[in-house]
Amino acid sequence: MALTGIQIFKLTPKKNCKECGCPTCMAFSMKVAQGAMTIDQCPHMSEEAVATLSEASAPPMKTIKAGFKAFADNKNDSEKEFALGGETVLFRHEKTFVNKTRYAVSVCTCMDDAAVDARLASVAAIDYDRIGDRMYVEFIAVDCGEGAAPDAYAALVKKADGAGRPLILNVKDEACAKAALDVCKDKKPILNAADASNYEAMSKLAADASVVLGVTGASAEELYDTVAALEKAGNKNLILDLGTASVKDAFEKAVLVRRAALKDNDRTFGYPSIVNVGKLASGDSHMQAALAALFTMKYGSVVVMEEMSYAQALPLYGLRQNLFTDPQKAPRIDPGIYPINGGDENSVCLTTVDFALTYFLVSGELERSGVPCNLLISDAGGLSVLTSWAAGKFSSGSIAKYIQEFEIENKIKNRTLILPGKVAVLKGDLEAKLPGWNIVVGPTEAVQLVKFLKDMQAGGQA
Amino acid sequence: MPFTKKLQKFNATIRTVEVGTGDKTTKLGGGNTLPFYTFDAPTANTAKIGIEISDLGLAHEPDCIKEVYAGCETVADMAKKAITIEGVDFLCLKLEGGDPNGENRPVEELVAVAKEVADAVDFPIVVEGCKNVEKDAELLSKVAEALQGKNVLLMSAKEENYKNIGAAAGLAYNQLVGAESAVDINLAKQLNVLLKQLGVDSGKVVMNVGSSAAGYGFDYLISTLDRVKAAALGQNDDSLLMPIITPVASETWSVKESTATEEDMPEWGSVVERAIDMEIETAVACLACGTDAVILKHPTSIATVSKMISALS
Repeated sequence: MALTGIQIFKLTPKKNCKECGCPTCMAFSMKVAQGAMTIDQCPHMSEEAVATLSEASAPPMKTIKAGFKAFADNKNDSEKEFALGGETVLFRHEKTFVNKTRYAVSVCTCMDDAAVDARLASVAAIDYDRIGDRMYVEFIAVDCGEGAAPDAYAALVKKADGAGRPLILNVKDEACAKAALDVCKDKKPILNAADASNYEAMSKLAADASVVLGVTGASAEELYDTVAALEKAGNKNLILDLGTASVKDAFEKAVLVRRAALKDNDRTFGYPSIVNVGKLASGDSHMQAALAALFTMKYGSVVVMEEMSYAQALPLYGLRQNLFTDPQKAPRIDPGIYPINGGDENSVCLTTVDFALTYFLVSGELERSGVPCNLLISDAGGLSVLTSWAAGKFSSGSIAKYIQEFEIENKIKNRTLILPGKVAVLKGDLEAKLPGWNIVVGPTEAVQLVKFLKDMQAGGQA
Repeated sequence: MPFTKKLQKFNATIRTVEVGTGDKTTKLGGGNTLPFYTFDAPTANTAKIGIEISDLGLAHEPDCIKEVYAGCETVADMAKKAITIEGVDFLCLKLEGGDPNGENRPVEELVAVAKEVADAVDFPIVVEGCKNVEKDAELLSKVAEALQGKNVLLMSAKEENYKNIGAAAGLAYNQLVGAESAVDINLAKQLNVLLKQLGVDSGKVVMNVGSSAAGYGFDYLISTLDRVKAAALGQNDDSLLMPIITPVASETWSVKESTATEEDMPEWGSVVERAIDMEIETAVACLACGTDAVILKHPTSIATVSKMISALS
């Protein structure tokens, strides 16, 4: 249970020494309660008090590190491993979601070699950039089918490892699990193997190889008991498998586990989750797409599919990107020249702000027009057109400066620049600042761009 | 200590709005838990699916939709076909031809189409306007008059034209009113209050709090839906207890992922599959946040979403 500022204050020395940087012990206590400071920043706290408080102020849900990143998520990402879990809220508007859902595809000992090869080859096919984030299949799940020999499983694991992604080992047999770990433990796979019947042996294997252990249970109660037993034995490097009994059952577990951890502060369920939609909707790619979206929205940390097509991936990764953005920070796209419909140096230029939503609306309409053009995006603080104009971040000065800094005049020969209609007022100033350019005021709404550009084209201006 | 399920009980229930007449009706809303949280309390109603057809017929539709309605000559024929599709709970007729910036069809012509469709099928009907606020004010009011007695849902009354549409649909002709606002809980609430002040029975209002395709500013929609449901159920906020309807197809079928040809994007694969999965995943995400009804277009999407709703209820 998180402590209040008053409860923390009672444990402080109450000396108001200011050594922590706060004016009073009360102020320090309030900051600790909010999570802005940690208790060890007070040099005079007694050891017992620190122990009591760090237990109580530990995050309700652990962040579990697994695997290795085949590619960085984006240019600001320097983490080498995947961080799973660590969430603090149930809804994104309450604060922000921190560690995004990761996706896996599956291979199984029950598949023939050709099918396995084809599946592994398909992993690399999904790889594209969306507003600065690299979208790809992050994990490969390797299923150990009924009665598979340890050698056969280890051989499949070795082959899957060759695809260059971290592995999720779905296995129940101890000998098979051991053989698989021998092949790939250095790459930090997830050993998704423990249940009520075998958790002691599997926990030992996972601990010896220092990898994350996946735990499952027939019911939420059984899962809880197994996790409690594992924690008691000292293993707190876990991920909870929501099971494959039914969609309803897995969804119920997903919600109960996350809600127990974050709302009721029950740390036994404070772990990330893994859900296998490939098994919940075997052979039905559309249902797997539906379930992948469902479990991305509701509390799946890793979602395992049979395979991933672009049809499934494009909306799924877009959805994830939206869900995991910080609600306090507007999504932005990088400033630059974005050619549309094969726009080249002779194509007409348009400019708008770097707010991702504006960019998507405008570029979508430009694509629909079919007219080749260049969309020039300058740094406008990630705000909408009118807001950034009002804030002085989208002005004749900022546009002119951008055209200079990006050496637009050397890169593009066309000298027509279309302004968003909402900032028509900038026209005169821009003409003065950009001699030689023909500044045209465009429509006020993106939807009107199609007609506007087609009319310009018909009039020989574009 | 064993795990004990802590249930999340709310003292509020989303209003149930029944669309249609006789034994062919569908009930929107009625839930008293967060979406699909059946373990908290048994849900009264499950999410519903509408199928969208347009007054413009099939001319602007992609081939995969043309195939569905092969052999249909009129919009009424399409309507008859649409309601036989597995998983469909209601029909949504979009009068998009009225758009002054598009075909600009006259109001009388569109009302005649709506009348023809309503006469052709005995099924719950939602009528969507053309999105132009002035045109819709007149168009939807006339449709409300023409379809009197059918208990149809008219979409949508917005802040600019709620007086006309609310008065015609909600007061004069006893139809159901769709209240459309732009992805903001306060705007949604304000419009509901305005409609109430106009005299429209809150039990006859269904909200459309905005829509977008997955990946296209969908974060705003997630948070609006989450917050509206939290306020409605958690605080028993009377002016937000209306069921929510979200037009999904009209957003998802126009984005790049659903339209880029296979020649332009060879690595992306089948454009039909892309359009279907975009429609499915957007619909599921809306439902997971609290939408009570989605409007879709393709039979495969409808079958899949319907199957998922059953699996979760």
